[in-house]
Amino acid sequence: MGTRNLLWNVANKCFTFGLVGLTISDRYASIVPVRGGSMSPAFNPQPSTFSDDYVLVEKFCLEKYKFSHGDVVVFRSPSNYKEKHIKRIIALPGDWIGTTHNSYDVLKIPEGHCWVEGDNSASSMDSRSFGPIPLALVQGRVTHIVWPPERLGVVERRYPKERVSSF
Amino acid sequence: MVLRKLWHHRSIVREAWHRTMAVANFLCGLHVTNTYLCTAALAYGPSMLPTFNLTGDLFLAERLSTRFDKVRPGDVVLVRSPEDPRKLIVKRLLGMEGDSVTYVVDPKNSSRCDTVVVPKGHVWIEGDNIYASRDSRQVGPVPYSLLEGKAFCKVPSPLHLRCITVNLLGEANYQLCCSLWILYYRKGLYEYT
Repeated sequence: MGTRNLLWNVANKCFTFGLVGLTISDRYASIVPVRGGSMSPAFNPQPSTFSDDYVLVEKFCLEKYKFSHGDVVVFRSPSNYKEKHIKRIIALPGDWIGTTHNSYDVLKIPEGHCWVEGDNSASSMDSRSFGPIPLALVQGRVTHIVWPPERLGVVERRYPKERVSSF
Repeated sequence: MVLRKLWHHRSIVREAWHRTMAVANFLCGLHVTNTYLCTAALAYGPSMLPTFNLTGDLFLAERLSTRFDKVRPGDVVLVRSPEDPRKLIVKRLLGMEGDSVTYVVDPKNSSRCDTVVVPKGHVWIEGDNIYASRDSRQVGPVPYSLLEGKAFCKVPSPLHLRCITVNLLGEANYQLCCSLWILYYRKGLYEYT
């Protein structure tokens, strides 16, 4: 009888812990690993090493879907709903953006969409291949690097200002 | 000082802690049920006539079939709007990835049809009332990950209940029932006061 009671208690604790953890990671913040070198040098600066960066993702921005230029966001891939990508928002709804560095194609971002690009444009699958993505795909905003400890710190906002104009 | 006071009232503190945890647990359970199992939503507007009423119909949507890729064309789905991420819209799913969909471009003015192939990872959604619906015909195919749930049950509103009763009993009997019910209710009220 004693062991059964103990088991029940442990199961109850685990269930409660799972519920609370899931709620916190859904609504407030979570920690995710960054795979691949598409965002180097901000994350994974040495692509050859096997250690991934871990980043803190906050979810408070999902209440209003308000983002700024240069925010790093986690979003679901528009072509495969099981994948998540981490990229930087370059342009927001209503902006005009030059689609590549050295051509004069400009595009207006439609309502409710954004333009995302990786920092390492050589090896990044981003809006340059699939176009602007709906903001509703965004799952959270990356604010801090938490692992490895020597690069602990805030993720800064930056974007190529000369390619974006907002009138 | 504060600690000593707390120690003095430790049973009350423990009780308060347990109560708070119980409430927090309940809220977490609610969130998880709402996000992963089933949610209720109100559909209003003309775009889903005649499936959903103009003035608002409450319905239940389950989240499992979108998560495990079990939705099929013909299902009514809850979608996060690609144009305004704060809004949820209700539409009917008409094509999965790779399907070719034929749609009427502008049903008000012409009967010109167009055919598109839905790209990978996207779906085609349309309202049931194509004359007053903003859907894939205007904004194009939407990514599958915007699907939030599949509607499976409409919660009857008071108006529905009235319709059902009138159909079953006839208008006169319905009025009689209402007056009887009101009488009964009043009697109950009097008894209590």
